[in-house]
Amino acid sequence: MKTDDLIRALTSDLAEPGPSIEARFAVAFLPGVVLAFALFAIMLGPRPDLMLVAGNVRFLFKFVVTLSLALCSAMLVWRLVRPGAPVRLQIAVLCFVPLILAAGVLMELVVLPSSSWGTRLVGSNGLVCLVSIPLFALPMLIAELFALQQGAPTRPALAGVVAGLFAGGVAAAIYAAHCPDDSPLFVALWYSLGIAIVALAGGLAGRLALRW
Amino acid sequence: MSEREIDWGVLMRAANGGDAAAYNRLLTSLAPAIRAVARRGLGRAGLAADDAEDVVQETLLAIHLKRHTWDPSLPLGPWVRAIARNKLIDAMRRRGRRDHVPIDDVIETLASDTAEPTPIPGKLDEHLQSLPDRQQSVVRAISLDGASIRETASRLHMSEGAVRVALHRGLAALSAKFGTRQS
Repeated sequence: MKTDDLIRALTSDLAEPGPSIEARFAVAFLPGVVLAFALFAIMLGPRPDLMLVAGNVRFLFKFVVTLSLALCSAMLVWRLVRPGAPVRLQIAVLCFVPLILAAGVLMELVVLPSSSWGTRLVGSNGLVCLVSIPLFALPMLIAELFALQQGAPTRPALAGVVAGLFAGGVAAAIYAAHCPDDSPLFVALWYSLGIAIVALAGGLAGRLALRW
Repeated sequence: MSEREIDWGVLMRAANGGDAAAYNRLLTSLAPAIRAVARRGLGRAGLAADDAEDVVQETLLAIHLKRHTWDPSLPLGPWVRAIARNKLIDAMRRRGRRDHVPIDDVIETLASDTAEPTPIPGKLDEHLQSLPDRQQSVVRAISLDGASIRETASRLHMSEGAVRVALHRGLAALSAKFGTRQS
C-alpha cells in the first residue's frame, strides 16, 4: 500500500480526539480508590484515637509525604505518556518528596534521644504496613495502567514505575489513617518499602501493558 | 521551533476541530519528514533503507491513533519526532538489532530525496490481509480505491456508521499488528 493511500484512510477516519489523558486517568482513579477504601474498611479501619491525633504534627506529616508523592507522580506520568513532552520540571518536583521525608527524619533524629531511634524505626506494625500498601494500591494501579494504555509512553517501564508511585502514595495515605506508628523514621523505612513494591510491580506491568 | 512546525501545530489544531483537508495536508507534509528520519536511522544501523516505508506507515498510524496525546500548548515537531523514533527503534528491535539511534538532529537536516519510493508490498499489505474480511474490505475500498465513506457503504451494503466503525477498528488492528513480533 502506498503511504498516500494510507493517509487517505487516516483522513477518512478523522474524528474528534478522545478525552485527554488526565481525564482518562481521573475516571480510572475513581473505582480504584473506592476499592482501596473498601479494602481498608474491611481489613483495618481507622485507628481508634484518630480524632485525638488529627492535629498531631507527626501524624499529619505522613499525609504530607504520601499525598505529595501521589500528586507529583501523577503530574509526571501525565507527561510520560505524551511523546516528546518535556519532563525535566516534573522529575525535579518529584525529587522534592524524598527531600521532605529526609527533612522529617532529620528533625526526628534531632528531637528524639538516640536510644529511642531503634524502637521508632521498627515500630509496632511494620509487616501490616508492608502488606497493606501494595494491597490497597493494586486496584488503583491496575485502573491507572488501563487509562495509561491510551497514552503513548516512549519509556513504558518508567511510566509504569511512576504510576506505581502514584498508586502507592495514595494507598499509603489511606493506610496512614490506620497506622499507629507516626514517626518519620517508621515512614521512611516501611512506607518507602511498601511503595517501592508497588513501583516495582508497576514497572514490570508497564513494560508489558504500556507498549503501543 | 521552525516555521514548518508552527504550521504543523496549526494544521493539527484544525484537524482536531474536524477539518479533514487540514489533516490530509498535515499527514502529507509529515510523511517525508518521517521518511528522512527512518532512512537515516536505518542507514546508521547498517540496515537497508527498504524498510523505511514500513516505519513511515507505522508512525503515521500511531500519530493518527494517539493524536490525543499531543498537548496543543506544546509544538508538534518533538511529538512527531518522538513517535517516529519510537517506531524506528521498535522496527529495528523486531529485526533483532539494538543499535543506538541518535536521530534527534536528523529530522532538521532533511535529506533531499524524501519522495515516496515506488510501492513494493510492505508490512502494511501483509497485515491488511490478516484483518477480518469486513474491516479489510472497508480499509481497501477507502485507501486503495479512494472511495468515500458513503460510496463504501453502498458498495458493501453497510450503513455509513458501520463503515466508520470498521475503518477505525481496522486501522487500530493494523497498528497493533506492527507491534506483534514476527518470526
